[in-house]
Amino acid sequence: MTFNNFLFVALPYIAIITFVIGSIQRYRATGFKVSSLSSQFLEGRKLYFGSMAFHWGILAVFMGHLITFLFPTATLAWNSNPVRLIVLEVMAFTFGLSILIGLTGLFLRRLSTPRIKMVTNRMDLIIELLLLSQVVLGCWIALGYRWGASWFASDLSPYLWSIVKLNPQIEAVSAMPPVIRTHIVGAFVIIGMIPFTRLMHFLVAPFHYIFRPLQLVMWTWDRRRVRDPKTVWTVHRPKNN
Amino acid sequence: MDIRSQISMVFHLDKCIGCHTCSVACKNIWTDRKGAEYMWWNNVETKPGTGYPTKWEDQSIYKGGWEKTDDGIALKGAGKQKGLLNIFHNPNMPMIDDYYEPFTYKYLDLIEAPAGDDQPTARPVSLITGKPIDIKMGPNWDDDLSGTQDYARNDPNLKNLSLAEQEAMFQLERMAFFYLPRICNHCLNPACVASCPSGAIYKRGEDGVVLINQNVCRAWRMCVTACPYKKSYYNWNTGKSEKCILCYPRIEAGLAPACMHSCVGRIRYLGVILYDADRIHEVASASDKDLIDKHMNILMNPFDPEVIASAKKNGIADSTIHAAQNSPTYKFVKKWKLALPLHAEFRTLPMLFYVPPLLPVMASLKEVNQSKQNEKLNPIAKVWDDNWLYDTSTEELWGTIAQARFPLKYLASLFSAGDEEKVKERLKKLMAVRIYRRFKTVGDIPEKKAHDVLKDVGYTPEMADEVYCLTSLAKFDDRFVIPAAHREQAIEMLEFTGDKKGSTGFGFKEETMERGL
Ligand code: SF4
Ligand code: SF4
Repeated sequence: MTFNNFLFVALPYIAIITFVIGSIQRYRATGFKVSSLSSQFLEGRKLYFGSMAFHWGILAVFMGHLITFLFPTATLAWNSNPVRLIVLEVMAFTFGLSILIGLTGLFLRRLSTPRIKMVTNRMDLIIELLLLSQVVLGCWIALGYRWGASWFASDLSPYLWSIVKLNPQIEAVSAMPPVIRTHIVGAFVIIGMIPFTRLMHFLVAPFHYIFRPLQLVMWTWDRRRVRDPKTVWTVHRPKNN
Repeated sequence: MDIRSQISMVFHLDKCIGCHTCSVACKNIWTDRKGAEYMWWNNVETKPGTGYPTKWEDQSIYKGGWEKTDDGIALKGAGKQKGLLNIFHNPNMPMIDDYYEPFTYKYLDLIEAPAGDDQPTARPVSLITGKPIDIKMGPNWDDDLSGTQDYARNDPNLKNLSLAEQEAMFQLERMAFFYLPRICNHCLNPACVASCPSGAIYKRGEDGVVLINQNVCRAWRMCVTACPYKKSYYNWNTGKSEKCILCYPRIEAGLAPACMHSCVGRIRYLGVILYDADRIHEVASASDKDLIDKHMNILMNPFDPEVIASAKKNGIADSTIHAAQNSPTYKFVKKWKLALPLHAEFRTLPMLFYVPPLLPVMASLKEVNQSKQNEKLNPIAKVWDDNWLYDTSTEELWGTIAQARFPLKYLASLFSAGDEEKVKERLKKLMAVRIYRRFKTVGDIPEKKAHDVLKDVGYTPEMADEVYCLTSLAKFDDRFVIPAAHREQAIEMLEFTGDKKGSTGFGFKEETMERGL
């Protein structure tokens, strides 16, 4: 039980705290390095298949996990109709496979393309391997422990919520089969590692682009604004450099 | 009217000697770093040629710039929808091989190779992988028409020329070329700014310089696609895009940018232009045939009292207005109507203008009997046995067009969105000034004829002299009229000054802001 306590109580909190504090600190200290570090410029063809399959797949699967976690009752209601449940499961599994294929491609590309090797560091490989094993476990679970969309909602969602509510209830998870437990532990390990890896880039995904005007003009010292009597006298700090 | 000021440039192509001093000056200052080896923020291309990166002008490949839509304009290969959907893989992005793989040589092998039967060699190695490579392409691979079959003949600007015209152009004895130096145009409607999902690229309000904030850039790579001139470059090492910064630290200090300062041919001019920001959208979405005229019209007359009043209202300093009145770019572009923007049809409203080259157009080829001339030569002199005469005499204002070696259509496709008349008009003016100056200095042209040609193009003798002076005699301060940056106020760019007021002497130490790259 103590070991389970460590895995399902201590680890999640360590991971979440590391993620939050680490990301903020990384952004403040070395914000310059927070970038998607695209390597498309050096190699494009293999990236196309790998990156497309991986990113769209992980977006869908991540959203699936998130929705089930946030709205377990709604998910269960949706799943009450077997046809809808099957559709959901098949879709989730397809996206899972897509991640698996894409990520494997990306991993091999990293190892085998001389140019890409030059922009690869050890952490890139570690996190790709971690993600890869996580996806393999995920697909295994989807195949071996059918109807995950439902049991996630009924068993795992309450556990995750109990963590959020600072009152961890780990009976249900402790009783899960080892594959699922490994998958959960893996998830928290990855979350905790985000600040130390290139995964940071998803935190700066450019959604604000949708809402901003296309052109951007910045004044270091906007005389018109400064001279306008209606402008409140504040310390006006330029934002552009 | 919303008057803003813009630092704008003119390159006089007749004067460019293709020495690449500008490129080297820029490279030494700004791009001599890992990941930036392949970047040439300033590059000089031979035209006709495919350029750098290969075929950059062909927007069916790279999808750069804006295109006209029913209700205005839209980015061709980027923008909110396309940009975000293609963020995981950008299908229209040029790759390193479209520029060239940067390389160096293993010079140390020359001295450190062990003694042996063979001469040691310095093998080329890639600056990306460090491994030996076979060099496939390098900067200015097609300089001076080398490899014409592969490069010059694939110039995207040739597509409007008939096959016969193209053949004529590439006949060995008719072949002509000119140089096209390029830097970022610091456009009024920059596609790079509009395409950046992070909002890292911005246009400076004070002087219109377009910059990429390196701290905000996240390598979404959309600007590389969107800039139709391919003047935004991706640094594969830092994972950030970079572009020409118009040497803004120098400009703020009142110095000319490095490329312009070092220009051997003195082809470069830089000055302030006042423009009406309210009309940018209207101009950018004009029809192809109005584009050039409207582009010229958005540039305002700095002597017009209304313009001055509006400029002052916008807080433009008197010194800047004064600089605009003395601006060499204003003279070339608006007053004398000699310069044109490059590829206006990309609709970014570039603020770098070119005086089209007269020499390759004007020179004609005649077949003449040169035997008499050859007899006069010293016996050791080299005698050519062909009978071609390369003729650049300027007696007729526009007589030689039929024999001109360079099709106007080609120049029109570069500088006037295909409108030959516009290019012709400018070339005629250049020719008229030449004829007039020949009358003055050599005197073998009658006065009436010299004045007639000027009248033909709408110049007064005084104007012609002015053009001549600024073209041929201009000193540093005439070529670069840089407005004061008002550093006494610009201290605000670096430090808090506001919190001095009312502060009691206690407080937190404020770090100086980080600047620049
Ligand atoms: S030339 Fe290209 S990089 Fe420069 S401002 Fe225009 S669109 Fe942007
Ligand atoms: S330095 Fe001047 S003359 Fe030489 S290539 Fe550059 S623009 Fe042309």
